Order: sequence, then structure tokens, then C-alpha cells
Amino acid sequence: MNAGAVLELEGITKRFGALVANDDVTLSLQKGEVLALLGENGAGKTTLMNILFGHYAADAGEVRVEGKPLPSGKPRAAIAAGVGMVHQHFTLAGNLTVLENIVIGSESLWKLGMDREGAERKIRALSVQFGLPVDPAARIGDLSVGERQRVEILKALYRDARILILDEPTAVLARPEAEQLFTILRGMAQGGLSIIFISHKLHEVMGASDRVVVLRGGKVVAERATGQTNAAELAELMVGRAVARPKRAAHEVGAPVVVAEGLSVSSGGGMALDRVRFEVRAGEILGIVGVSGNGQAMLGRVLSGLARPDAGTITFDGRDISRITPREAVGLGIGRVPEDRHAEGVVGDLAVWENAVLERLRDFARWGFVRRRAAEAHAAGLIARFDIRGAGPATRTRLLSGGNMQKLILGRNLAAGPRFLLANQPTRGLDEGAIAAVHQELLMARAEGAAILLISEDLDEAVGLSDRLQAISKGRLSEPIAAEAVDARRLGLMMAGVWETRDAV
Amino acid sequence: MMEAFEILTTASLWAAVLRIATPLIFGVLGALICERAGVLNLGIEGIMTMGAMVGWLTVYWGGDLWTGLAMAVLAGMVMGWVHAMLTVPLGLSQHVSGLGITLLASALSYYLYRLWVEVGDLPPTIEPFLPWAVPFLSDIPFVGEVLFTQTPPTYVALMLVGVVAWMLARTPMGLALRMTGENPHAVEAQGLNPVRIRIWAVMVGSGIMALGGAFLTTAAFNSFFPGMVQGRGWICIALVVFASWRPGKALIGALLFALFDAFQLRLQTVVEGVPYQLFLMAPYVLSIVALILVARRARVPEALMQPYRRGER
Ligand SMILES: Nc1ncnc2c1ncn2[C@@H]1O[C@H](COP(=O)(O)OP(=O)(O)OP(=O)(O)O)[C@@H](O)[C@H]1O
Ligand SMILES: [Mg+2]
Repeated sequence: MNAGAVLELEGITKRFGALVANDDVTLSLQKGEVLALLGENGAGKTTLMNILFGHYAADAGEVRVEGKPLPSGKPRAAIAAGVGMVHQHFTLAGNLTVLENIVIGSESLWKLGMDREGAERKIRALSVQFGLPVDPAARIGDLSVGERQRVEILKALYRDARILILDEPTAVLARPEAEQLFTILRGMAQGGLSIIFISHKLHEVMGASDRVVVLRGGKVVAERATGQTNAAELAELMVGRAVARPKRAAHEVGAPVVVAEGLSVSSGGGMALDRVRFEVRAGEILGIVGVSGNGQAMLGRVLSGLARPDAGTITFDGRDISRITPREAVGLGIGRVPEDRHAEGVVGDLAVWENAVLERLRDFARWGFVRRRAAEAHAAGLIARFDIRGAGPATRTRLLSGGNMQKLILGRNLAAGPRFLLANQPTRGLDEGAIAAVHQELLMARAEGAAILLISEDLDEAVGLSDRLQAISKGRLSEPIAAEAVDARRLGLMMAGVWETRDAV
Repeated sequence: MMEAFEILTTASLWAAVLRIATPLIFGVLGALICERAGVLNLGIEGIMTMGAMVGWLTVYWGGDLWTGLAMAVLAGMVMGWVHAMLTVPLGLSQHVSGLGITLLASALSYYLYRLWVEVGDLPPTIEPFLPWAVPFLSDIPFVGEVLFTQTPPTYVALMLVGVVAWMLARTPMGLALRMTGENPHAVEAQGLNPVRIRIWAVMVGSGIMALGGAFLTTAAFNSFFPGMVQGRGWICIALVVFASWRPGKALIGALLFALFDAFQLRLQTVVEGVPYQLFLMAPYVLSIVALILVARRARVPEALMQPYRRGER
């Protein structure tokens, strides 16, 4: 249908039970083009890419690579046709080496030996050619997320991919890493590779793509040349209405609720947290910014009662909470939004209502039995109040999109009216609409007098929501500065560990 | 005390260690292959019983000894196929299916044996494998007697350790198998079929387990009787953990257990005044201790016991 297209999807439809995840989607990709695929959580982007790669078989429609139809449901055929995919959730084996993860599948299973030297040479050559440095002998489990991302891309390149699909490649990357990645991708496109990438970050889409396709409710709703659109229009196309992130209103803050003093935790030989001090006051959001891997995870663990500090104190309304258990934290009215919502936020195989009451099961039990009716009613209440879409109380939680899962976790915490809320990367992987909703909820809790500690890598988010900001670098925390006093340069320096204390507040 | 030490220096003790270890080596290698691909196979005890019965029966009916071993492998693979079908495409509980296979395979073995074999006062016998002295090598003092005057299946077991270790570490197939046990999604994303790999791993692993049983009836003894596997399958399951899922360490584990066993048998005759049951217990107690010391550092295949379903998130 389209001369010169390296890839065509035609009339792709995919249903999961009653849900239509992709509805008659048609789309094409030119040689050397970078196409951005945009859409809300649950719009069907991953499903579409999984069909293209052969993980799922489409109910209708056809995928053609360079004019030849791909058999459906066969990743092997897609790879052979030159399609490479970097999945939304990494598909790497943590206990195996980089080399092993890259070469698997590239050789016949019946060969009696592997050409490790040859493979290593090829990997090194690709690393140099595309600027993706990795150590082939390293164990995946020892690598940072950024490095794992590179391995994923190398996996595709090793199999001579000419079409590269990246499903939210930057969701777990910090901004400098993400920018570096896009520079590399642009270079690849100039070298003749064709690229489709998915992202929720509009500045990335605007900066890196040639063309944008917007998916909503499984349908293609718009297609734009990147040069002829702007972020605001894209956001509106995605959600179907204008979205704007809510603004923080000035108001009186109260007394300190949570105070940490000299908090230190050592881990793996180094200091995960090094004499950290901060205080969060009632009705205030304190933002902790920094590049991930600088101690944020440990700070979250200590405050949720999952790790014990080696030194220092944390008080909550004057009471020492540095050694509490998660259950005590819940009992005290401390809400927690964990960093990894799949691993620590919800139990994916349980129903929404079970996840809604799991933290406070005592309130929903009598004589050792769960009061299911009450629990389900509670869950239904959360669904209505926090606008959790695509779910009833009985839905298996795994099936919710990221944004809706996050709304469930937030709702579960906020419904109890917490005095203190720890929000760790609350909008990671969420679309613009969902981000606006989460921000709205956080600001409402603030208005009601909750003390909120926001840990975020997203500077726009941190600056937009926080009253005061502290930067974290190598386990050390800067003095707080007022959100009004920040500028990009100063924040950048603070995140690099350079800070002075002149206008601390 | 001196006597106990002297036992340790006799070649006959060490030769016995290898003999006792042989069925364990087969069993642990088989279990290891299944688990490396991500499937726990608790059918092992029954599969070994099946192998013992089928191997023996083939010879009793006039087949030669090697045909007996081949038939045992085949029977093991059939049982493995059932376990694989239940746990891999259907994704049922590996524990429940495995225990079910053990019950099924053991009961079926006893039943068919009673059905097909006339049993008088004593169970009927066959001509088993005899020790085969490897030319020249068996003349080496001590070592010759220990290592090179064993029955042929023992040599097979020892060589199999090397073959499995090499297969896992060096071949594309071994890599695919290990990756399937670590992250089947990664395997599929690279264009291979983790379901097929798991099914084959379980079948091949079960075939090797069955050899362990067949060794009992065609080399260690010359007849088949109920209960003769005597928990060796369960020991193998523990040995896999002891070995951190590595073939070389699995060999060491099997030898260690066999050493405890051979040693206690001989100790019983020299130490008096101690109830013999204590000696019988010793290998198991020592195994548990060894397991506690070693297993805490073991690195489990990450996807062990996790069913893999295609197209599910
Ligand atoms: N295997 C599955 N079984 C049932 N439903 C599924 C399955 N995979 C996806 N879905 C549903 O299909 C819809 C589309 O999901 P998909 O993962 O494609 O969304 P997405 O656009 O990638 O969202 P996100 O931005 O959150 O990654 C969602 O409603 C999701 O719940
Ligand atoms: Mg997705």
C-alpha cells in the first residue's frame, strides 16, 4: 500500500475477552524513520508491538516487513525478518552474563559448541559502532538499569535488526541517560535503521521523532509530523481532552510531622544514606530530587519500616519511628507509595478488593473472617472516588494499566487520611492524564494537612509539587531550598552533589 | 578409633562408595536437568522405581542388559512426558504433579511386576552386569581397584557428569536450557520456544533418573522387589540443592553421601554397643548438616517452579 515502507501493520485487531485492546490499527514505517507511538496507559501500545513481534497472535490483520507478510505468533520469524524489540519490562536473565543473554537463540541448538570469541568480537564491534559500552562478561544482575537497557538494544542489533522497537525505553532512565539514548537512536536512524519508540514523555517525543502516531482506546486517533505539532496538542489527542498538570496553591504549613536526624545506613560496603537530615511539616510537600541509585531506594525502605538505620533517628509527632515495622507504620497513619508498584505495591494475582484492604485487614475482619461484602464496598468506593478505570472490585489487579494500579495504591493510602505520606516515584511510567490525576490527589492530601515526602527523578514534577526541595547525591542530602528559589542550573549542580547552604529554609 | 581410620584407607571401601553413588549420580543429574529448565520433578522416586522394574523385566524376558537400560530410559521419558504435560503447557502445581507421578509410577511398576512375573518364595533373578576391569588402568594399585573395576553403568554415570556439565556450560542448547530456568520470557523474546525446551528437559532428565533405578536391578542387585529405591530419589532432590545446581558439585555430593553410607556399614561391624539404627541414620543426618552449611549460598534458578504461559502478562 505504501511505497518504500519497511514495515506495515494493516487492520490489526486484538481482543482479550470482552476488551478490545487493538481495534483495526493500520500504520506504516519508512526506512530511516523514527516513529513515536503515543497513548494513555492501557491504550494498547504494548499489545500492538507484541503482535508485531509475534508474542501475541492478532485476531485480525496482517504485519508486513518489506512487503512480505510475517506469520503471526512467531517471534523467531520476526527476528529473522529483521525486527528487534526492547520490551517494556526487561527480558534478561539476571544470573547469566551479558554475552549469554545476547547470543541465546542466535545459533542452532544442535551445535556442539559455542563461538564465544566470535560473539564477543561482534558485541564489542557493535558497542563501539553504536556507542553502547558494555562488558560482555558482566553478570546482568550486577548492572544498572541504564546498562541493562544497552544490553537489550545490543540483543536486537546482534541479530541484525533493521527495524527496532523500543517500548518505553526511558521509563526507568534518568534524564541524562535518556538524552544519551536518543542521541544514539538518531544516529542509528541516520545509518538506515527504522525505529518505533513508545514514551509518555512528550519532550522526548517532540525532540526525537519524525512522526507521531497517537493511540486511544486501541484505535489510531491521530497521526502528525512532529514538526507540525506541539506537546500540548499531543497531550490533548492522547487523552481526548485538554490536560494540564494542577498547580500548587500557596498555603500555611504546620508543625513538623516527620523529622530525621543524622540518619545513616550502610549497604554493600558503602553508605546508602550518610547522615541525612530533613523535616516534613504538616500540609507541606518536601521533594527529594536526584539521579536514581543515590540512596532514594534506601530512604524509602527505612521510612516504610523495611530497613533499619545504623545510626540516627526519625521521629513522627515526636515519637521515634526508626525501628518500626510496616504494620506499625500503617497503624500510625503513615501511607506509602512504593517505588516498584508491581513488586511492592500490589499482589498482582489478587483481586482489586483484596489489594484495597490488605494493609488494614483488621478493619475488615471479624472473628478471623474477612468481611468480604464490606471490603468489596470499600474497594468500589475507592474505584469511584479515585477514578480507577477498567476495574471492578473483582478484577485481577495484574490486568490494570500502570496508571490505574497507581491510583489504586494512592487511593488505598489516601482514603485512610494519612498524617504522613511517602510517595516514591509516584508517576513513573504513567501517561499525562494519569500524572495529572496523581498530582491532583497529592495536592489535595497536602491541602488537607498531610505531610508528604515526594521522591522523584522527574524535575518538573518535583519542582511543580514541592514546597521545598532537597537533592540526594551518593547518600547525602543537601540543605532544603524553597521551590521558588530553584533554577535548572542550581538543581543540576545540587543533584551532582555540589551545594552551598546560603539560602536554606 | 584406629580401626575406623583404617577402614578409610581400604580400596574396597572406596570401590563401594562409587557403587553406592552410581544411582544417586544418575538421579541427581536427571533432577538437575529438569530444575535447570525451571521444573521441579518430584516424580523422581517413582521414575527410579519404574526404571528399576522395566530394566530388570526387559532382561528377564530375554533382552540383553544394555537393551534393559535403554528400555528403562524410555519408560522414564514416558513418565517425564506426563509430568511435563501437566506442569508446562497446563501449568499445574509442580509439587502435586510430581508426587502424583511418584505414586503412579511406583504403583504401576509393582502392579505390572506382579501381573507379568511369577514370584515364588524368592524373587526371580537375572544375570546382572559384572564388574569390568578396564585394561591396563585397572592394574594401577589402589586407584585401579577403586575406579577401574566397576560395572559398566558406573562408568556411564561418571562420563555423563562430564557430558552434562559440558552441555550446560558450552553448548547453545545448554544455554537455552539454563535461560529457560532463569527467565522463560527472555527465551521467547529471542525466538526460542521455552515450552518445548522445558518439555524436552523434563523428558531427558526423567530418562536419566530411570537409569539410576535400572542400575539397582541390573548391576547392584539381580532382582526387583518393592521399596528397593528406598528414598534415593528424595536424596537426589536434596543433592541438587547441595550442589547449587551444578553437575560437578552434584557428583561430589553423591560421593559424599555414598561415603557416609559405606562407612557406617563398615563401622557397624567394628564398633560395638551402639544401636545399629544410629549408624543407619548417620548418612541422612550428615546430609542435612551438609545441606544447611552449603545451601544457604546456593543460587536457585530464578524461574524454578514458575509456570510459563504465553501471551499472559
Ligand atoms: N495478556 C493480557 N490479558 C488480558 N488483558 C490484557 C493483556 N495484555 C494487555 N491487556 C489489556 O489490554 C489493554 C492494553 O494494554 P497495553 O499493555 O497494550 O497498554 P499500553 O498502551 O502499553 O499501556 P502502558 O502505557 O501502561 O504500558 C489494557 O487494558 C490491558 O489491561
Ligand atoms: Mg505498555
